[in-house]
Amino acid sequence: MTAQSLVVATAPLDLAGSGQPLKDRAFRWMLFAALTVGVVTLAVLIAYVTIKGWPRLNSTLWTNMPSIRRPERAGAQSAITGTLWVISFTAIFALPTGILAALYLEEFARPNSRFQRLVEINIQNLAAVPSIVYGILGLAVFARALALGQSVITAALTLSLLILPIIIISTREALRAVPRNIRDGSLALGATEWQTASRQTLPAAIPGIATGVILSLSRAVGEAAPLLLLGAVTFITFNPTGPLSGYTTLPIQIFNWTKDSREEFQILASATIVLLLVLLLVMNFVAIWIRNRTQKRW
Amino acid sequence: MPEQSIEMQLSSALTDGRSQGISDEISNVVFTLDDLRVFYGDYQAIRGVSLTIAKNEITAFIGPSGCGKSTLLRSFNRMNDLIPGARVEGLLAYHGTDVYGPDVDPIEVRRRIGMVFQKPNVFPKSIYDNVAYGPRVNHIKGNMDDLVEECLTKAALWDEVKDDLKKSAYALSGGQQQRLVIARCIAVRPEVILMDEPCASLDPIATSKIEELMRQLAVEYTIVIVTHNMQQAARVSDRTAFFTAELDEAGVRHGRLIEYGPTRQIFSAPQDKRTEDYISGRFG
Ligand SMILES: Nc1ncnc2c1ncn2[C@@H]1O[C@H](COP(=O)(O)OP(=O)(O)OP(=O)(O)O)[C@@H](O)[C@H]1O
Ligand SMILES: [Mg+2]
Repeated sequence: MTAQSLVVATAPLDLAGSGQPLKDRAFRWMLFAALTVGVVTLAVLIAYVTIKGWPRLNSTLWTNMPSIRRPERAGAQSAITGTLWVISFTAIFALPTGILAALYLEEFARPNSRFQRLVEINIQNLAAVPSIVYGILGLAVFARALALGQSVITAALTLSLLILPIIIISTREALRAVPRNIRDGSLALGATEWQTASRQTLPAAIPGIATGVILSLSRAVGEAAPLLLLGAVTFITFNPTGPLSGYTTLPIQIFNWTKDSREEFQILASATIVLLLVLLLVMNFVAIWIRNRTQKRW
Repeated sequence: MPEQSIEMQLSSALTDGRSQGISDEISNVVFTLDDLRVFYGDYQAIRGVSLTIAKNEITAFIGPSGCGKSTLLRSFNRMNDLIPGARVEGLLAYHGTDVYGPDVDPIEVRRRIGMVFQKPNVFPKSIYDNVAYGPRVNHIKGNMDDLVEECLTKAALWDEVKDDLKKSAYALSGGQQQRLVIARCIAVRPEVILMDEPCASLDPIATSKIEELMRQLAVEYTIVIVTHNMQQAARVSDRTAFFTAELDEAGVRHGRLIEYGPTRQIFSAPQDKRTEDYISGRFG
């Protein structure tokens, strides 16, 4: 009864609000239009290359080697295996280095020391350096000074430098997302800082690290510019046999074919682009899947 | 249930409590604090604190928010070392050894003096691995399965989890997680357990389980607990220290110890007006 009389006594609430519906709607349309530009571009791109490359989207694409004289029978096998070789070695070089560097910066370096701030600014800047510059560096240091020539190793080392800043930055973010109280709990049990970092913080951050690592590797897979500078333009009709072997990669092969004016090569290039896009999309989806699966653990 | 006054609630908590036979004198000393001061950079969080902590007793730290209870507790096992700029002056002796002495390894200190935090901070691992973690990093030899069972039993959790030891600790309820943290803590065989508001994030039933557990553990361990809950202090503790934050001559706020004694005495016959005001709810 008292509740009822209370309701009667209260003036009706005014929930109408005083927004500007027109402006509001215009803004939402703008946002939607911006989104559409991105999605439509990707869709058109995929549709275009798929239709154009369709005649060659069959198993000869990965069973056959590139050929200059017989475009109708040429394939991209050496580019596929070359990409796998290069990216595997890139991962071998860049992952441990990047993760350990991030672990040091995040868990062991004195926070906000001048050294740490200096390193931080440098890493941010490195992440913004154009990839072609890494090509110049790789050419001078790995190909010439270290005499590694035009090999899988040279390409992998160069691409490692390219993605190292990205791996460090994303790993640091993943480490920072691990709650402080996990570290405190470990240290309070008499664990050393190294035990805490290697047995608690790092394992807890692995999903986040994996996401960053896959995205950075997919960036390396798609890079052509630095490799072109390293001299990877020649026609390679064999699969790499070791780290010092010559190589070609998918972006390089696509570049070579699109330079050729013959229609068959244009079709072949489109088919190979589809292959490359599928590889990159799969990598990105795996990264997103890992991220979503492990979201909100704390 | 009829509304009880705070005084009545407290006095019934006291009669239930365990502080009946506690005398003023402490014969078996674990910690001696003499003029202990704790700083965060230039800011002095705690003014000289002097007190002794008795073996196999439960000592409660109470006082308003910001008076430095957590700060003081973290200085017992050198967890303050991990906060940049934190510094301790004065004496904090553990069985006569200065915890901040030059030859003392903080890792060794933390192994002997365990800690339970306000929010249950289980590791993102299985229940089993949570308990086994401490012994593993400390290279404690022996049968791990037995040790895990023993610790979970002591923490009154074994019956609830014995079939799910491989399950993630995150699957447990908040109260179970906090008992897991206690099991994890006793697995390294400490002598002292520090607890910083261990029930602050738990419901009343989980809280009473933890309180019951604390009383059992006090047979074997020395416990220091920070709590905001007066009844809890009255129910579980043998001795109570009341802290407050006060302005000094320069107008800076510092935490300081006001009164320390057997819990029964602090709650039923406080010597200081500020203690009396606080426990009767007129302050803080
Ligand atoms: N890491 C820190 N850096 C600087 N000052 C701190 C830090 N931690 C605590 N303080 C300060 O020290 C004083 C005591 O804090 P403390 O957390 O020990 O209080 P408390 O009694 O535990 O409070 P509560 O009951 O709210 O947990 C406060 O003034 C607080 O602002
Ligand atoms: Mg506190």
